Amino acid sequence: MIGIVDYGFYLPKYKISVEEIAKVWGKRKEDIESSLNVKEKTVSGLDEDSLTMAYEASSMALKNFPEREKIKTVLFGSETHPYAVNPASTILAEFLGIEGNYLAYDTEFACKAGTSAAISAFGLIKSGFTDYALVAASDKATGQPHDSLEYTAASGAVSLLLGKKNLVLEIIDYGSFSSDTPDFWRREGIRYPSHSGRFTGKPSYFHHVESATKNILKKNNLTPAEFKYAVFHMPNGKFPINISASLGFNYKQVEASLVAPILGNSYTASGLMGLVSVLETAKENDLIFFCSYGSGAGSDAFIFKVTAQLKNKRKKLASTLKDKKYLNYTQYLKFMNAI
Amino acid sequence: MIGVIDYYNTQFGELWQKSLFDLVEEVIEKILKQKGIDKGEIDAIFFGNMLSGVLENNLHTASKIAEIVKLNIPIFRTEAACASGGVAFNLACQYLNSNENKTVLVIGAEKMSDFSPEQVVTGLAAAASGEEQEAGLTFPGLYALMANYYLEKYKYNEKNLAYVPYKNHYHGSLNDKAQFRKKISIEAVLKSPYVAYPLKVLDSSPITDGAAGLLLTNKKNYKNNKGVYVLSSEIATDTISLKARKNLDELAATKIASKKAFKAAQLAPKDINVAELHDCFSIAEILAMEDLGFWKKGTGGGKIKELGTMFGSGEKLIVNTSGGLKAAGHPVGATGIKQIGELFLQLTGQARNRQVKNVKYGLAQNVGGSGGSAVVTILGI
Repeated sequence: MIGIVDYGFYLPKYKISVEEIAKVWGKRKEDIESSLNVKEKTVSGLDEDSLTMAYEASSMALKNFPEREKIKTVLFGSETHPYAVNPASTILAEFLGIEGNYLAYDTEFACKAGTSAAISAFGLIKSGFTDYALVAASDKATGQPHDSLEYTAASGAVSLLLGKKNLVLEIIDYGSFSSDTPDFWRREGIRYPSHSGRFTGKPSYFHHVESATKNILKKNNLTPAEFKYAVFHMPNGKFPINISASLGFNYKQVEASLVAPILGNSYTASGLMGLVSVLETAKENDLIFFCSYGSGAGSDAFIFKVTAQLKNKRKKLASTLKDKKYLNYTQYLKFMNAI
Repeated sequence: MIGVIDYYNTQFGELWQKSLFDLVEEVIEKILKQKGIDKGEIDAIFFGNMLSGVLENNLHTASKIAEIVKLNIPIFRTEAACASGGVAFNLACQYLNSNENKTVLVIGAEKMSDFSPEQVVTGLAAAASGEEQEAGLTFPGLYALMANYYLEKYKYNEKNLAYVPYKNHYHGSLNDKAQFRKKISIEAVLKSPYVAYPLKVLDSSPITDGAAGLLLTNKKNYKNNKGVYVLSSEIATDTISLKARKNLDELAATKIASKKAFKAAQLAPKDINVAELHDCFSIAEILAMEDLGFWKKGTGGGKIKELGTMFGSGEKLIVNTSGGLKAAGHPVGATGIKQIGELFLQLTGQARNRQVKNVKYGLAQNVGGSGGSAVVTILGI
């Protein structure tokens, strides 16, 4: 059985509230909060980027894993890699003490670059290429000032160590659904992403998540009721609630994963941060449904089963959230290198 | 006499999977099939559309429609901003008045949701005067100026305006082809975010994709089994700039067109049973009710609160049973055709769960820009 051996996360301590941003643009915070179900979001510091956050998350994932030479694959999924050309995966590996005999590459598929990399890692382990693979999903997400993305685009990282032994999560199955649906993009040399407004909803997020979910449930002859938890990508706090309800999951199944209202959308790390939150309470033999979404567009669905190992490797997300410092809008612009 | 012999409209809403001409093709196919006539019996087509030139760089739409229908008949495209559909209908009537024994198809269509709100708003602003565009005025801004003036002059407030979308959303909930089928409360309208004070999101019509088509004929006894006739269709124009208008609490074009339309139809406002009015913003329906002579000038803000024009009120005139532009949606070029189509449905008893009883006469008022053009059409049985 292949699965997740260990995991780690990183959240910057800086935050900005929706109210602070809304105030600048003459909007009412109640309107924004109710339309997005987001109250505040994380902001990485002036000296942080997707690579430094990936390093922090990966360090946590590898804290109890000294055999770095057994990791022969390091993948880095992001849409805010620090370089357009020059891999972040090799820098990450070197800083983690992984040297020489490893395959490294960066992946990009909007918010699902990390989960797509995890599917590749699964294949490389299954083929015997490597015993362990490290997958980092990290973003310092940007939204143009005065764009609706500004209220949600956040920062954060999650890293997964995949392997075959001492698993915390078994990967029972995975599947993917993709199509050419240009709902969100950023061209080379352009600073901020563009998006097609409401087109990012029904024909994009909802269509792909629904298709990937239905396919994998049908393939495994499972129903939503058989899962203890469900985790969906969180572009905001509303979409995961709406999609889970329309697919037949109840609110209790998805509730533990809903971190977007207080963290925003850290793009590749967003859904995985929801998984980290779920793992704080999940118990042995619980089935967890997980589905990512990446604009452009596609969804990766996973069925996880919790093992007895989880209780020894559980990470504390909830207590980390308490350590925060609020920024005003000007500080926020400075931290995002906008001024 | 010109007979209206059939009507079809597509679903209105965000139709991501359909292009402008997919919508046009759907209307042509469905209306001919529905009426059971061959395309060879169509002598001309009139097409109302505003934005295909601005947004898609497609201006020679007549030829595109010829490609769809595979006919070499005359096809005309009309553009008069949001009155493009009404003007297409009027032109079709002029054509039929000048040519005997003809059957024509009038289509209105608009594709708006494939473009960013900024592109659509910029495109729509092409219907306003250049100077007012340069001054930063948008259509919500222009109607907000009129609303502010009206509320101040006649001592009303935003709550008076809110009864328009409240009523029209209720009507939209009864129309399965409406973009919004959700009833809304007065409180929800008042709590919605401002677009341009005093107009809020729920005072404003949306961005919509959709198409609608009508079959007209002047052939005697030709498939007009429902017996619906065009009693009059009149166009009037006015200054494009708001600053050049004498009064801000009226649309002179509506007043002039309706006066001519009532005269030609030999009817008075009291004879009308159903009306489809151009409620692009809530203030517009109140002004229209007054300009058309249904209500005395300055009383509309109070009259709307009585909800006498709401379906089920039992009053003689019910307004915007389709949901109006606000709830049915506002695919710009299609709106004028949908309005007349709704009258056709009401006059022929096909309006199902929103059918008004004892309907004999219907009136449609279609406005271009902030009143630079207005078309008033009266149908009767």
